[in-house]
Amino acid sequence: MSHASLKVNGQVHVVDVDPKCPLLYVLRDNLALNNPRFGCGLGQCGACTVLLDGRPVRSCQLPVANVIGKEIVTLEGLEIAGNPHPVQKAFIAEQTFQCGYCLNGWVLTTKALLDKNAAPTDAEMRGAFESLVCRCGSHVGIFAAVRRAAESTKRSA
Amino acid sequence: MAPKTTLSRREFVRDTGGLLIDFSLADSGIVPRLLAAASPESFATPSPSRLDAWLRIGNDGIVHVFTGKPEIGMGVETAYAQIVAEELDVSVDHVDFVLGDTARTANQGGVGGSTSIMMGAKPLRNAAANARYLLTQLASSRLGAPPEQLQVKDGIVSVMGDASKKISYADLASAGELNDALKVSGEGFGLNVEGAGKPKDPSTYKIVGTSAPRVDLPPKILGKYKYVTDVRVEGMLHGRVIRPSGVGATLVSVDENSAKAIPGYVKAVVNGNFVGVVAENEWAAVQAAKALKVTWTAPKQAFPEQQDLYKHMRAAAPKASKETLKQGDAAGALANAVKKLEATYECPFQSHATMGPGCAVADVHMDGVTTVWSGGQKPHDLQKGFSQLLRVPIDTVRVIWMEDAGSYGRPGFEDAAADAVLLSQAVGKPVRVQWMREDMTAWGSKGPAVLCDLSAGLDAQGEVSAVQFTSRAFSGGETHFRPDAMGNYLGAQLTGIPNTTGVDEFAQWGVQAPPYSFHNIHAVAHVIPALYGTASPLRTTHLRDPEGPATSFAVESFMDEIAAAAGVDPLDFRLKYLDEPRAKAVLTAAAQKAGWDRRPSPKKNSASGEIATGRGIGLSTRNGTYVGTVAEVEVNRRTGAVRVKRFVCAHDCGLIINPDALRTTIEANLIQSMGRTLKEEVMFDRSNVTSVDWRTYPVARALDIPSQVEVVLLNHPELPPNGAGEPSSRNVPAAIANAVFDATGARVRQMPLTPARVKAALAAIQHS
Repeated sequence: MSHASLKVNGQVHVVDVDPKCPLLYVLRDNLALNNPRFGCGLGQCGACTVLLDGRPVRSCQLPVANVIGKEIVTLEGLEIAGNPHPVQKAFIAEQTFQCGYCLNGWVLTTKALLDKNAAPTDAEMRGAFESLVCRCGSHVGIFAAVRRAAESTKRSA
Repeated sequence: MAPKTTLSRREFVRDTGGLLIDFSLADSGIVPRLLAAASPESFATPSPSRLDAWLRIGNDGIVHVFTGKPEIGMGVETAYAQIVAEELDVSVDHVDFVLGDTARTANQGGVGGSTSIMMGAKPLRNAAANARYLLTQLASSRLGAPPEQLQVKDGIVSVMGDASKKISYADLASAGELNDALKVSGEGFGLNVEGAGKPKDPSTYKIVGTSAPRVDLPPKILGKYKYVTDVRVEGMLHGRVIRPSGVGATLVSVDENSAKAIPGYVKAVVNGNFVGVVAENEWAAVQAAKALKVTWTAPKQAFPEQQDLYKHMRAAAPKASKETLKQGDAAGALANAVKKLEATYECPFQSHATMGPGCAVADVHMDGVTTVWSGGQKPHDLQKGFSQLLRVPIDTVRVIWMEDAGSYGRPGFEDAAADAVLLSQAVGKPVRVQWMREDMTAWGSKGPAVLCDLSAGLDAQGEVSAVQFTSRAFSGGETHFRPDAMGNYLGAQLTGIPNTTGVDEFAQWGVQAPPYSFHNIHAVAHVIPALYGTASPLRTTHLRDPEGPATSFAVESFMDEIAAAAGVDPLDFRLKYLDEPRAKAVLTAAAQKAGWDRRPSPKKNSASGEIATGRGIGLSTRNGTYVGTVAEVEVNRRTGAVRVKRFVCAHDCGLIINPDALRTTIEANLIQSMGRTLKEEVMFDRSNVTSVDWRTYPVARALDIPSQVEVVLLNHPELPPNGAGEPSSRNVPAAIANAVFDATGARVRQMPLTPARVKAALAAIQHS
């Protein structure tokens, strides 16, 4: 065990953990951040996604030692000054998801995609999402929400 | 949105009796340890015979509804809120829910069979109607005006024409002068209550039938929702399970020294062939489960080779048989037919493969009250089963449902909860268990493999003279879909407790696939024995629309085969042999929206070019719900890959409660079932399931999703609301297979329609 200093959602946390412990368990069990979720532990589904310096990564496979000094953002940290992020607003407006267990990965990946590419084509969007699973099959609403979020970003730009 | 929905659901509130309660909803990331010490208190399930078992009004005017039905992601909670708000004349955001807590909600049998609205809403509607009646009676004496001169808006009762004379529901309820006895009928899914107050005439509905936003979605999307995975109890340890090396393997030894060095390791728990580890934190539990040296005997070679599955199913002597349709003399008519057709359809074992593996927290007190938090969709059944497993009175076990990662029947969340119970009992502390991916995909319960033989005869005029159907399937209830007995759980079976509650559930034409009005028809269903009797990773149970997609794949594909043989358009063929107007209406509506090209299949020129396109249709009829689905596909003749480009689905489930929530549920059914049609197949060897993760058990992903998915909702306000959670899953496989045939002339009769199978079917027609 050793002390690690993590910057999560703008706050610095010092945790006493095994440096090899995947970031997912540290976020969930040490910091009680529930939204990075265990889906497969294999990097195949995206339920555990966090943004690492703005890029979506799989926290289930990422040793905590590898993220020291980097900016980690979870779904909890997406709100801006207490207001939902435009991507969250778009997903709420489209009434997307059934159980919603996977949504952490979809919402954060959408945010990262639109930050990089404000107007993704259908192929670019699908490409960005191919590594994510939604077992309930809510993809139709998810795609609609991404298009809505892209539109709202364009309008406010 | 409803205030603090997710908190009220899991916070313990002392039952004060009467119609008024005052909720205290302090936010906390930690669920309070409800009864830390052994306690003589009982947590009996409330009797449904009093109104306050269903509904109470807080002094803030919030209507708290108590239902034994969980929300498993289709918007049922929101629909219930609309139904209650409608009857009470309050706004939807003033209705709050306690769902599936055995200590606080009546036993409504949990969720299943797409019955939550069709049956489960009835007692809520009646309780709300009765509350409105009682409250307006009371208001009448308080305000000095007859009930018929009173109006209710947003929970305020006032005298028509004199707005100054008014009183709120909250004030009325606090008086506690109400006789709230209800007449109870039925039980489980059929539980109903009635009082003096009667529900409104549906033609007057203002809230039911509108697209009220889903109450659970904003907290989920904003990251504030608590799933069962997020329950944290004071002093909670983390558990993981270690399954046998294969079916029938027995434990030889466990070497605890192999895991003891892991910081946080607590102990290994061994009970027969049940092996688990418990640790102080989750990462330690994960590492310990991996490190623990466990020796097993060689597993049994209990399963056939994968490629021999259907050969095995055909050869197996049925353990039970059932005639499901009989009209005229099918065998005689078939013998005299001018043209005969025969075909066999095969559907493999499929997995629930829920988004997250099962998770539960159990806090066992052998001399007090045991609490279990689980996402299993039948909490009252779990309460009964766990009380058996622990050998304690049922009223000392409390099961609190909290949503897990999607639920499509009996996925294995029940087994994960039993694992938590066994581990907590062994260590005397609360234990959280979350399965690893392979525990869910490989060892979770399965939907049964189904094999169907069909034959048909055409007479000289091209009319259908006879159709015969025989199914051979593993039972949909080897593991009973009601998890109400200790032998139902995988972990319990590993300790040596036998599974004694399994039932024979068949793949039946006439139930899982629509009947047509042929003169001579005969359908028989056989259930074949389980491959292994206990603790099998291929044990079968309910998976969304049990036996529906498989049986319907056979029947609805074969209808197309007959239509093609008769040279008739597949839609016209169905319309000709259907009597039910609602069945015809959904097919016609879907075809119309899709711009259905009326002609026989396959399409002309279907044998040339690398990319072939085609359209197919399928019908689903299920307990009063009717679904017509058109699939348009693109087949790559070189690779064998099938892409669905468009779905059009026309859906009639009677009265619609919430169109938007219904539409998204249908869309999800279409996509999930498309994955089952094109990709999902449980792989196994002689002793193990080898589908262990998302690579070895692939499901639909972003690149597979059709660019157009259109849902046509046919509302019938004059009819009661029927189920919508499953019917639109049913006809997708046949609609896709029929479209592949239309595009290429190749008939694929084995699910899933993988590129290899499509290529083989293409090669077969080239050689014929």
